[in-house]
Amino acid sequence: MAPAKPGDAAFANVDHVNAELFTLTYGAMVRQLLTDFEDVEEVNKQLDTMGYNIGIRLIDDFLSKANVTRCSEFRETADVIAKIGFKMFLGVTATVSNWNADFTECSLVLDDNPLVDFVELPETCQGLYYCNVLCGVIRGALEMVSMRTEVKWARDMLRGDDAYELRLKLIEHVAEEYPYKDDD
Amino acid sequence: MASIYNLFIINKSGGLIYYKDYGSTSKLDTNDSLRLASLWHSMHAISKQLSPTPGCTGIELLQATAFDLHCFQSLTETKFFVVAESGAIGIEALLKTIYELYTDYVLKNPFYEVEMPIRCELFDLHLARLILRDKSVLV
Repeated sequence: MAPAKPGDAAFANVDHVNAELFTLTYGAMVRQLLTDFEDVEEVNKQLDTMGYNIGIRLIDDFLSKANVTRCSEFRETADVIAKIGFKMFLGVTATVSNWNADFTECSLVLDDNPLVDFVELPETCQGLYYCNVLCGVIRGALEMVSMRTEVKWARDMLRGDDAYELRLKLIEHVAEEYPYKDDD
Repeated sequence: MASIYNLFIINKSGGLIYYKDYGSTSKLDTNDSLRLASLWHSMHAISKQLSPTPGCTGIELLQATAFDLHCFQSLTETKFFVVAESGAIGIEALLKTIYELYTDYVLKNPFYEVEMPIRCELFDLHLARLILRDKSVLV
């Protein structure tokens, strides 16, 4: 028997939703944001913020169900995101590549991207990062486990590139910092 | 026979966000529960500093003459702890299940504000079911 891939168990453990419903819901949301904000840059920002708000909650879901332990280094973190995180929540995996010399920056190349089935970007939306929500999710999730990161799209097939590639950059480990909110 | 006396959930800043007591012997009023929760948060942090080796994640079990305190801290630094009978078994697994309920019925509730006190009926309901089930298993 072929050895099970690391994300398969996590994927099997969670409830699934019809992929088209998911894709269409996401599409309707992006479309509504474009209508509301009328500015592609602003929509990119909103998608990232929405993703961030999802990420800070989703991380606990991931940790409680994926049976992972604390990562010892950022390389391991990237691997866990690519193989288990993406599998658990999107049903796809990603490939980690292009590490920089001190292993703080890497690329996640998505093997498949269910968010963009049926999508064609019109002329008017050329600057849109349609899947920008994913950047926010990863940033939010990692922030809750003490890692400040920057996540950006490096390649996007909707914009004519040949792959979906996220660039993940570790800015710093924030150790034991209590998140006092700036309410004042 | 009840095996669990109280359940506390503390957010990463040390604030008590959930408290529940089981059984009549161990009721705490709101002030006491808040005070005990923040004390535990500090003791947990001190235990990390006491550790002779790096990588310690704090107290997991405190055994007293009359009870056991089991603590589980998620990697996101939310603490779940229960005061249970001495020698109660299966509490680690119970805490993990409570963590799952928390992610499902608290964090996924779009109207729950992260880090704030938990007032979610679905969470209460599933938690009550879990504790009830657990009790009947342990009896």
